[in-house]
Amino acid sequence: MAAPTTPAEIGGIGHSVQRKEDARLIEGQGNFLDDIDLPSTLHMAILRSPLAHARINGIDSSAATALDGVLAVVTGDLMDQHGLAWMPTLSGDTQAVLATDKVRYQGQEVAAVIATDPYIATDALEHIEVDYEELPPITTPQQSLEEGAALIRDEKEGQTDNLAYTWETGDQGATEEAFAQADRVVTLETHYPRSHPAPLETCGIVADVNSVTGQATIYMTSQAPHAHRTLFAMVAGLPEQNIRIVSPDIGGGFGNKVPIYPGYVVATAASLLIGQPVKWVESRTENLISTGFARDYYMKGELAVTDEGRILGLRVNMLSDQGAFYSDAQPTQFRAGLFHVVTGSYDFGAAHIDCKGAFTNKAPGGVAYRCSFRITEASYLIERLVQNAAYEVGIDPAEMRLRNFIQPEQFPYETATGFVYDSGDYPTALRTALDEVGYEDLRREQAEARAEGRLIGIGIAHFTEAVGAGPSRTYDIAGLKMIDSAELRVHPTGKAILKLGVKTQGQGHETTFAQIVAEVLGIPANDIKVEHGDTDHTPYGLGTYASRSTPVGGAATAVVARKLADKSKKIAAHLLEAADEDIELASGVFSVAGSPDRSVTIQDVALAAYTNLPEGMEYGLEDVTYYDPPNLTYPYGSYIVVVEVDPDTGVWQVQRMVALDDCGVRINPMIVEGQICGGLTEGFAMSAMQWITFDDDGNCIGANFMDYLVPTAWETPRFELLATEVPSPHHPIGAKGVGESATVGSPAAFVNAVIDALAHLGVRNIDMPVLPDRVWAAIDEAS
Amino acid sequence: MFPARFDLVVAQSVGEAVEAKADAGEGGRFLAGGQSLIPMMKMRVAFPDTLIDINRIAGLGAIERANGHLQVGALARHAEVVASDATFGAIAAAAPWVADPLVRNRGTMCGSVAHCDPEGDWNSVLLATGADVVAQGPNGERSIPIAGFIDGAFTSTLGEDELVVGLRIPVPSGRSGGAYLKLERKVGDYATVAVASHLELDDSGAISAAGLALTSVNPINTKVADAEALLVGQQPSEELFAEAAELAAAAAEPRDDVRGSAAWKRQVVRTYTKRGLAAAAQQAEGS
Repeated sequence: MAAPTTPAEIGGIGHSVQRKEDARLIEGQGNFLDDIDLPSTLHMAILRSPLAHARINGIDSSAATALDGVLAVVTGDLMDQHGLAWMPTLSGDTQAVLATDKVRYQGQEVAAVIATDPYIATDALEHIEVDYEELPPITTPQQSLEEGAALIRDEKEGQTDNLAYTWETGDQGATEEAFAQADRVVTLETHYPRSHPAPLETCGIVADVNSVTGQATIYMTSQAPHAHRTLFAMVAGLPEQNIRIVSPDIGGGFGNKVPIYPGYVVATAASLLIGQPVKWVESRTENLISTGFARDYYMKGELAVTDEGRILGLRVNMLSDQGAFYSDAQPTQFRAGLFHVVTGSYDFGAAHIDCKGAFTNKAPGGVAYRCSFRITEASYLIERLVQNAAYEVGIDPAEMRLRNFIQPEQFPYETATGFVYDSGDYPTALRTALDEVGYEDLRREQAEARAEGRLIGIGIAHFTEAVGAGPSRTYDIAGLKMIDSAELRVHPTGKAILKLGVKTQGQGHETTFAQIVAEVLGIPANDIKVEHGDTDHTPYGLGTYASRSTPVGGAATAVVARKLADKSKKIAAHLLEAADEDIELASGVFSVAGSPDRSVTIQDVALAAYTNLPEGMEYGLEDVTYYDPPNLTYPYGSYIVVVEVDPDTGVWQVQRMVALDDCGVRINPMIVEGQICGGLTEGFAMSAMQWITFDDDGNCIGANFMDYLVPTAWETPRFELLATEVPSPHHPIGAKGVGESATVGSPAAFVNAVIDALAHLGVRNIDMPVLPDRVWAAIDEAS
Repeated sequence: MFPARFDLVVAQSVGEAVEAKADAGEGGRFLAGGQSLIPMMKMRVAFPDTLIDINRIAGLGAIERANGHLQVGALARHAEVVASDATFGAIAAAAPWVADPLVRNRGTMCGSVAHCDPEGDWNSVLLATGADVVAQGPNGERSIPIAGFIDGAFTSTLGEDELVVGLRIPVPSGRSGGAYLKLERKVGDYATVAVASHLELDDSGAISAAGLALTSVNPINTKVADAEALLVGQQPSEELFAEAAELAAAAAEPRDDVRGSAAWKRQVVRTYTKRGLAAAAQQAEGS
């Protein structure tokens, strides 16, 4: 790891500066959505469908409307009168705001009560009579695509089946050729189950529309406030200058707070119609059953390999369960996100990826839960496949990877599906992790344990992510290019404010982005205030998800700080009576080359920017940058998990978890490690216990934290973290983004470890979550 | 999540609480720790008209030994049971497995027993050790043996006007040991499968009394009487426990659900019975 270039009191890149936001959050002084309490606020509660598929023959809201304290009951018909019964999704589909014709999943929004307090609003829901005519529910995508399956999206013009999309990439011909040359084909069919980001804070809104001025101030749990402002303007037809989105402190997003949900639209419409602020905060159950789920990919991967363990090609068929509406939050060009990064960390020439998605009677969403647009599913598939290929070929799974890695000298490396990986040293990463875990000794212990009837498994995953979307030539969401911005203003006393287009949900932006400025200008990180989330007061950007804040917003911050450094040097030259080109800047001190005693500080320069400028220079020390990244960044890592499986019960315990991450330059190593520990925990959760499933009637199993399991410190394994640091060559500070690496990389490592424990029995797959009964059944079946 | 409207009565004595319950009738519910009742109200699956808060009643919080019994008062929290020196065997083994630390700080052992949730831990433990539930109504106090107290899922034989004021659990006089093996998906989850074991040994080392009960694999917490009968009079051994485990597995009527298959749950019953009895025997032999 490179040593910091600034002293600790400045706290530039490489310092584990304590998080500036923590004092306020820990001491109860945060300002979350539900803390916002405007005068005359009304409260909204949503009536949701108890059925997965039913025609609505009528809604009688008269008894609810008659209750004391109820101002209005909003139905789909009322929304329809304002052209808002349906809204566009981020994947070019439409989604019902309030159901008018049919309900298409359990939990779908049917009506909303606006009342003077949340208790009355909830009471009133029980007085709304909905006449449902039950229709047969479709609960799997396979069922959905069968001939003669009931049409879920019968309102959609031209839609004659339940197909949501198809998408294909790679070279089919070249792939067939590769398979023809293979000694063997290793196949894995597996389901990456539906899960949910389940942020601790649920989604919510306070919509405050002034009926006189038309000014709409919308407080909203939003990971992308600027994009949301534009979408509000486009969908609701409100003039954009009158819309101000304020995203306050957010208690976790993980992708769940990227989409626009029906509740936001109804609350805003209600505030507009009634002329008072309307607040809606989801319950936990509402969050779990109706807002953006993640994953739900049925994947079949085939790897063409030689007897020497050389990978020649990859073929993937994927079927996604989209729920009732195709509303994935993803870049426009890519119908299955960045799933085509499925070639992973390996050097082979041919791949073909064939994807399709089906509508089902389940909640829509398809958000990337702590992942950059479906990379989690891709990484899981290739790492499971490579591990299985090693068993089939008969070589060690670590060796299998080492034989196929893209080598350091091959970067920039163009994959078979068109990504251009920026940098990396995969062999060093894996070897370092293998050494740390004591791989050879472990393999010996495993063999000894087997002889005693004990089952030990060692699982490896070496993932490569594609994050930081993205270059404007390729990446947009709903037409908006995925650039991001930073505006930096240095005050006369040398303190500064940095305004961002991205928006933290707990990642630590208020600290790390200040550190980037500290690195460039030498203003102490603690003297830099970071503002974000309020669209009236920050420059435009597409928001925080897909690990894009540091790759895009962080790059913008470095660039804008460098612009101010350039101007500062000119001011320093003026103050020091030296030539511009002779001024050197280090840790906030401007000195004259060759005469280090002739110097001024950044604080001197800041004051001069408002008091004493060279002839003809504009006053002030501020600027704004919009950054269009030239490429994505490609963080990677080597994870190794050791488990012991109880053959009598199928219960498995993690003995060791070694995680090496390379995310390029680490701005704040402590925060990076925090991100990794959080992501590993979520990866462990998905592999071991976490899924949203449905019964045959389409009832959601997983509607609260009794059934949707979030691990506590008790069951979470201890993590041993390692790092290497290969900078991104194109990022201004060499950083790559790390928020999602661990969620993306770790599930395959955990699952591979369990499979490895049973591999000698011939077990090659157990779907996630790897529940003990599935493990026991796999052992039972194999023996 | 917002509960429906309800009245709140704060009782200062057992007499007041029982009277308030008589007034409230069927729509009245006692509130102690509230760790099951309050979530049910917030999810609007329970709609009591009146909550009778017993938390301010003095003298109901004791955990003590008296007259050969462990006595646990209605306000003794799970966390206090965990911390108590007065417990023994299966009681001590089970206490830290009840729910999670937050729930244990508020929830009460008596409340959990009275709730009769078939996935609750305590009723299995008490079926294994034996216990009386002490109830007070307008006509005074009575003791109900735990096997007769549990009536079905979420129902007991407690009178509508009665309050559970405590538990009386016999403390073995000789060598004894117990275990509670619980398979849960995560901390705070209900048991997927749990097995409570209790063994007492005579001077010859033979089993003089045995208790075995299952959680979450039957419509109610279930005592495995034939296994208990098999064990009594025998010397502890791996073969004996394996035989008892088969009887326990046969007594279990698990169902396929999101936690796992019925066949697997029966296998866990078998395994945990063997392991639980072995642990109980080991503890008894060392006592």
